[in-house]
Amino acid sequence: MLDARRMTGPASFRPMVEWGYRYILFPIGQMLIFVIGAALVLTLFAYLLAFLFPVPRPNIILVDQVNRQLPGMIISGITIGFVYAMIALGYTLVYGVLKFINFAHSEIFMVGSVVGFEVMRRLGDAGSLPGWNPILLIAVMVLIAMLISGLLAVLIERIAYRPLRGAPRLVPLISAIGISFFLIDFVRAFEAITRNDFNLTYPIGDVAWFQQPVEFALGVTSVRIRPTAFVVVLGAVITLIALNYFVNGTKLGRGIRAVSQDMTTAGLMGINVNRMISLTFFIGGAFGGAAGTLFGMNVGTVTPFVGFIPGIKAFTAAVLGGIGNITGALLGGLTLGMIESFLNGLLVYFPALGQRYTDVFAFSVLILILIFRPSGLLGERVDEKV
Amino acid sequence: MVTKSVSPSPWASLRNVVKQPVVAGVLLVVYLLIATFILSNLNRRDLWFPLYSTLTFPMLVLAPFLILAAPLRVQIKALLIVVVLFLIIPYLGIRDSSYLELIIQICIFAGLALGLNIVVGFAGLLDLGYIAFFAVGAYTWGMVSSQANTIFYINGWLVSGAAFYGFIFIGVGVAALVGILLGLPVLRLRGDYLAIVTLGFGEMIRVIANNLDKPINLTNGSQGLFNVGHPPVPPFLFNAVVSAQGTLGLPTDNAEPLAQQLLFYVIGIVMVAVIIVVARRLDNSPIGRAWTAIREDEVAAIAMGVPLVRMKLMAFAMGASFAGAIGVLYGAKQTFVSPESFSLIQSISILAMVIVGGIGGIRGALFGAVIVTLLNLLVLKNMSLQINALRNVDFIVPLINFHIRDWPTQLEPAKYERFIFGLLLIVMMIFRPAGLLPEPRRRMEMKAGSDDVEDSPTPAEEPAATAAQPDAGNV
Repeated sequence: MLDARRMTGPASFRPMVEWGYRYILFPIGQMLIFVIGAALVLTLFAYLLAFLFPVPRPNIILVDQVNRQLPGMIISGITIGFVYAMIALGYTLVYGVLKFINFAHSEIFMVGSVVGFEVMRRLGDAGSLPGWNPILLIAVMVLIAMLISGLLAVLIERIAYRPLRGAPRLVPLISAIGISFFLIDFVRAFEAITRNDFNLTYPIGDVAWFQQPVEFALGVTSVRIRPTAFVVVLGAVITLIALNYFVNGTKLGRGIRAVSQDMTTAGLMGINVNRMISLTFFIGGAFGGAAGTLFGMNVGTVTPFVGFIPGIKAFTAAVLGGIGNITGALLGGLTLGMIESFLNGLLVYFPALGQRYTDVFAFSVLILILIFRPSGLLGERVDEKV
Repeated sequence: MVTKSVSPSPWASLRNVVKQPVVAGVLLVVYLLIATFILSNLNRRDLWFPLYSTLTFPMLVLAPFLILAAPLRVQIKALLIVVVLFLIIPYLGIRDSSYLELIIQICIFAGLALGLNIVVGFAGLLDLGYIAFFAVGAYTWGMVSSQANTIFYINGWLVSGAAFYGFIFIGVGVAALVGILLGLPVLRLRGDYLAIVTLGFGEMIRVIANNLDKPINLTNGSQGLFNVGHPPVPPFLFNAVVSAQGTLGLPTDNAEPLAQQLLFYVIGIVMVAVIIVVARRLDNSPIGRAWTAIREDEVAAIAMGVPLVRMKLMAFAMGASFAGAIGVLYGAKQTFVSPESFSLIQSISILAMVIVGGIGGIRGALFGAVIVTLLNLLVLKNMSLQINALRNVDFIVPLINFHIRDWPTQLEPAKYERFIFGLLLIVMMIFRPAGLLPEPRRRMEMKAGSDDVEDSPTPAEEPAATAAQPDAGNV
């Protein structure tokens, strides 16, 4: 196959096209397909619901409401879906390598969101915030959050997981729960000492660029998109493309894949297994941190407790897509984000249920998948070996 | 005991002297007297009272474990424990009811830890939503006896306080039923998935309790059920409290709530005792052995004909039923049941108890419950009280010249229980995965699992293992 290709194509041009397709076009296409697919399926469900319950509440015609809310629901679904996908990647990468659920990942995400806040707040306190180019500002925030969260994940692995490798399965899980709780209160103590307040509000109001929503005319309605939504999606797409290139296109990425295939054999083939595991934790943590900052910018206010619910939802997303599978995490995150956004939009019209049950719904999805298809949408069925 | 050293070191000979039953018995009695004396002489108005009580109260609560570990005959041990439980603690409780309150909390958590120990320790199923069953018990009693504006109250379906004793059993039944219903779909899952799903269930029960105030008001939503009924105080207990207060020269105006607390204390002790007996019988039964088999190797257990799902369900239901019974007690004692009391942190704290004490052992679970509850409700709380007391007198820490007034108000130790639980879980898993009071069989497993530990017991561990059973040779 390789030889044939080398003979036919022009030697300098063909590999570049190949590279561009494989590492840029293909992942973007994949994301587009997932986004459009999830949006289409849920739109169909929404209209089905409108067909089944035309008037769920007096004076409310569900079809009209769906028509009105559809673009907004899809946009917020994409935004939150990409955040979930980025967190889910952390779970999936670590699971792929160590076959273990990194329970502390939700808190790494939380740390990322707090770091993003700290960077922005400190720049704001120094008075230099209005002078920054918004794109550069976001890049700096995200990169610092990635670095700190990534290093934190490596440190956690070194302290709490590596000494327990080879112990019974529940032992590292319990230690991970411990780390998770410890981190929450560690950040709380830090914020208590430095600010004496836990509600950390991003000073987004100080940057004029964030204040102007972008308007689109879409048929009869006009859709307003907040710039933060753009930032989240754009940031997620760029980092996801970079990850795809790293895992599939570089030597280190090949090392990670080898370790996740078979740790012992990879070690025998001369791969430094511990370094690959640290690297995996770094990447997973960095993605969690980036997601945290993007999430924080999107919702505005974060607290040290902010990690739990997105963490569990992202875990659901990872399982939905097939845990251990990177594409699956993307698909799962987008699907779950879309489901959640539609539920948030539509459950209001059913007073007996109400919006307050949305979080329960994510758990129900998780339980249903685990019971009926534990391998997820894209995972392969792995039977337990004796 | 045979010590391997040729010439006994002073330390070893001291140990041998202490191992003489007479010496040990006398030492224990002296210890109990000292602890009682100190605790009954603490002055609540003292500036440093929180610190003093933090340092001395554990002496008393840990006494039963010292008694159990002492080389004495079973009858004497039982006698000493009865003295501690039914003489010393009520005596101190009548003097200062906050001790009683703390010990009731310890009883509640001990019951929960024993229940979770069945699920996690015996059967090896990591349940992170255990608090859900506790909530079911508390809500069962709360709904039928609360004065909140629920459907039970409106329709006059409330029961009297005396029905409490019956509702302990109803709580057992309802919680076991919920345990089976939740367990049926999820028990096929592998360990770590099971943990996440049970965590989800725990949160779901909380959210449901939070939202079941409409369309029909069953739980009164986030406001919670208030004025929950409590069992009536028997007249003889009330009279006993009044006469005891008279003898001690204390004011008798708070005899009614004190008698109520004492009643809860007795109920708590009895419930924990029953749970201990049931758990012990279960552990030594065919069911218990099936659980051990499942815990050790699921595939091998199936191959040996252990009915996997039925046994797992049984463990789930059994653990749930204990939590249900304790939940009824909790609802009655707190007189207030709200969804906030049943969060993930509670599940984790109970897990921390089981793990700190020694997973799979009954004494370990009790010990863990005492340690973690003391840390949470005594040490952290008293640290907060101490800081506030010092803040009020504008205390300045010597040497570093730190004004306690400048202590950040949000850095209140009482609210940092996660810090403690998290640290405990990590440290225990890394350094002592079998717990502080490991079950002998479990410890052997943990040893066999790791390569770098030599086979012979280290000198530090040997006395702990031998002290566990009374040594007939020395009597």
